[in-house]
Amino acid sequence: MPKSKKRGSGLAAWAAILLFIVFCLVIAALIRGKDIPLLTPKGTIADEQYQLLVTSTFIMVVFALLVISVIYYFAWKYRETNHKATYNPSAGRSKLLLLSAWAAPMLVFVVLASIMLPATQKLEPQRSIESDNEELTIRVIAMRWKWLFLYPEQDIATVNYVQIPVDTPVRFELTADEAPMNSFWIPHLGGMLYAMTEHVNPLNLMAHTVGSYDGGAAEVNGHGFAGMRFTADVSTIEDFNDWVYEIAQQSGKFDTEEYEALLEPSEYDTAAIYHSPNNEELFDNLLKKYEGSHGHYDDTEHKNREAH
Amino acid sequence: MKEFLLGKLDGSALPHEWHTIAGSIGLGLMVLALAGFITYKKRWTWLWKEWLTSVDPKKIGIMYFIVAGFMLMRGGLDAVMLWLQQALAGSGNGYLSAQHFQEIFTAHGNIMVFFVAMALIFGFVNYIVPLQIGARDLASPFLNTLGFWLYVAGVVMINMFFFLGGEYAATGWLAVAPLSGPEFSPGVGMDYWIWSLQISGIGTTLGAINFIMTILKMRAPGMSLLKMPLFTWGSLCSMIMAISVFPLLTMTIFLLFFDRYLGTHFFTTTGGGDPMMYTNLIWMWGHPEVYIIMLPSFGIFSEVVSTFSRKPVAFYKTALVGMIGVATISMFVWLHHFFTMGAGADVNSAFGVATMLIAIPTTVLLFNWIGTMYKGRIRLTTPMLWFLGFVAIFATGGITGILLAIPPIDFQVHNSLFLVAHFHSTAVGGVLFGIFAGLNYWFPKMAGFRLNERIGRYAVWSWIIGFFVAFTPLYILGLMGATRRLDNYDASTGWQPLFIMSFIGGLIIMLGVALQVVQIIASFMQRRRLADTTGDPWDSRTLEWSTNSPPPSYNFAVIPEVSTRDAFWEMKRLGIKKPVYKDIHMPKSTATGIYISILAFFAGFGFAWEINWLAVVSIIGVIIILVARTFNEDIEYTIPAEEVKKMEEARESKLGTLKEQHYSDEEDMGLLEFVKTAPGWALGLVRGKK
Repeated sequence: MPKSKKRGSGLAAWAAILLFIVFCLVIAALIRGKDIPLLTPKGTIADEQYQLLVTSTFIMVVFALLVISVIYYFAWKYRETNHKATYNPSAGRSKLLLLSAWAAPMLVFVVLASIMLPATQKLEPQRSIESDNEELTIRVIAMRWKWLFLYPEQDIATVNYVQIPVDTPVRFELTADEAPMNSFWIPHLGGMLYAMTEHVNPLNLMAHTVGSYDGGAAEVNGHGFAGMRFTADVSTIEDFNDWVYEIAQQSGKFDTEEYEALLEPSEYDTAAIYHSPNNEELFDNLLKKYEGSHGHYDDTEHKNREAH
Repeated sequence: MKEFLLGKLDGSALPHEWHTIAGSIGLGLMVLALAGFITYKKRWTWLWKEWLTSVDPKKIGIMYFIVAGFMLMRGGLDAVMLWLQQALAGSGNGYLSAQHFQEIFTAHGNIMVFFVAMALIFGFVNYIVPLQIGARDLASPFLNTLGFWLYVAGVVMINMFFFLGGEYAATGWLAVAPLSGPEFSPGVGMDYWIWSLQISGIGTTLGAINFIMTILKMRAPGMSLLKMPLFTWGSLCSMIMAISVFPLLTMTIFLLFFDRYLGTHFFTTTGGGDPMMYTNLIWMWGHPEVYIIMLPSFGIFSEVVSTFSRKPVAFYKTALVGMIGVATISMFVWLHHFFTMGAGADVNSAFGVATMLIAIPTTVLLFNWIGTMYKGRIRLTTPMLWFLGFVAIFATGGITGILLAIPPIDFQVHNSLFLVAHFHSTAVGGVLFGIFAGLNYWFPKMAGFRLNERIGRYAVWSWIIGFFVAFTPLYILGLMGATRRLDNYDASTGWQPLFIMSFIGGLIIMLGVALQVVQIIASFMQRRRLADTTGDPWDSRTLEWSTNSPPPSYNFAVIPEVSTRDAFWEMKRLGIKKPVYKDIHMPKSTATGIYISILAFFAGFGFAWEINWLAVVSIIGVIIILVARTFNEDIEYTIPAEEVKKMEEARESKLGTLKEQHYSDEEDMGLLEFVKTAPGWALGLVRGKK
């Protein structure tokens, strides 16, 4: 091999390392001071999901680095131009390598599965969260293209806005009306769940830090998709009670007429808060509307309740 | 009357938006230019007789490559448009409407999976598998040409919306119900989706049946299943998976079609429909589909690593167990695409475990490559560089894939850009890089000259760097809570800089694509110097290299006898016996596949626009042609032994005349030289001097 080639490959290696450093610096600069919800969780479920994410990533990165660095090392060591390396066409068939080929990934599999299985049970969104504070139920209805939240006990209806008290388990009961499949997601507080017509999917979350968080739709559902965002305010329990009291004093009401108006497709709706004394009835009507299809929403709900 | 004749079709369907007008004019000009060129060169008869009606799998393979190459450009252009919109959307609203943006990502997904990845895989299977198993043609050459032309009909259908209708499906590549139903997507775009996938999907099923028969029944004497090269094995696994799940896709799309056309309630929100059933059915096909395109690619890597390490595959049987394991388990993991639908912890756990299990055979394949490289003599040619790039990208895709298999983590990153980055890592790293490795590896076999190594290396590096610049920001954006398919987002999210970085990465990838085109042109310019005169430019091991480059229509003058796994390697060691030539029977060209596909296209078009008479007439036409074909007994021709001998001897005499091959990449044209010489060369080509 001519000299130029050798010098070239050395240069390329240095260029690659330099490029990698620049790459990391650019990334660091771009995320500096930014909020990364999944890495700065504000809810108990999100906390555990974050822990799980970090642990499993760590285990796999260590394993993957070991395996791929061997590939790159061999590619370099046994390169044709390296005359010092031995060449043996029948090498590499050792029983040991074969054994580790199966054993190593199985080991990683067993470790990860033993972490995953209990976590899946524990973090199942249908499972209620244990707490000294009483659970708050909020019905969430996905529409084209906005989120309607109904507070059955507080007589409140909100659009693209939800307020919840801190350190209180919240049971979001997700469904949809005249809308395709949707996915309800507040990244700071925990994972998402689908909101579909004729089903009520319970998603249990609990915030542990006061603040204002973004939420939105995560399943494409037509051209208003990107605007189907909402704010989730987590307030102290006192502030929440004040808010509830304040809304109760309002004269305006949210009833069937307002509900029907919301069913008209619209995009980028601004947040709205209403006093809504009979929202239980609105919700029952919605369930009845799709009852003819399968009517097993009741069934799942009962099962989930029974589980606790 | 007008409604009977034209269905829903009327003047408003003509192009009237900037993108449909531009698309129509652009595509129209391309077709006109091509037609003009062929007319000018007086090549119509040649094109029809030698190529379009050919049943030679080598020619059909190359036609797959050409069509898929154009579709790769088309899908890549879509990707750039998506990137640009998202880079701009953080300040202002970008330049695309939500509807248009959603149509583009739907088309991007459909094109890349069905009309690029699947087609390129079929291209390789067509060209290489018969050569690797020592066969002269396929079990059913007619089925093969039919499959290819149905694929072309699908390609035309997916591009039809430029000319008529002006809209494509805006539902995401799998058109999940109920969004794809009549209630939420009444437009004709959804019907184009249905029929482009339906027609090409049927082509895929037919092709897969044919290749399973070919691999099982047409192998050279002595080549037992356990002596088959790993690419053939990967293809066999892939084709078996294809016939297992593609009928499922066909039926699911039919049910969706019934919902839209007849008003049934399979997947609607009302009337007893169950949209969740659609999600299940489509992913029962959709997940195996991922491995249908990946397994042949793993096969390609196995061939490449073995050849360029100058060593046999280290753990052949283990690799087989790995491939078959991946193929089998991948049938039982579909639910991991919707852990978030709320099936409950037990169901999610079962599918999570199954998904993690796939990582075991996949890692075993990696270890197999490690064992193959160990104490080898590794030539870092471009196919090998594609392999090394694949390792890094696929590793990130694998890690994030397992993360997504853990339900509680999936709940947080599902449908986010993290997921988008994950499947691009596996699809680009695992499938596309494999295809590119295969292209560089087998190009000399197909074209008779090898590809330029220097420019090839630049292309590899552009792709790898571009990939990480483009997709690392998407992983981070996913963790920031950015969902996929957002045409717009608020400036306050702070996502814009990362989207811009991703867009720049996309441009670097496009540079890689451009370099690949330059690589092919530059190699063509230097084709004399790069000529492969021996048929075995890489000192390879498998049978496809034992014949000339490019191979004669009958592949092998004498069917090889196989006694070991690396059959050709063994032949080279023992020396090749003096051949005894016999008559060769080859299948005749046929245009039947073209006629059927044209009618299939019109049937789909008729249903899309509810022009019922057209659909009915076309279907009847298809049936008549198929029945008529069965009465045609005259489907073979014979090449007499004398002629074979003459052709072979002519070839052999040429072998010695050109200078002996030895490769020094230093002589390959660099970019600078290409820029200097290409314009003059192109001018000469146009003037017809060469």
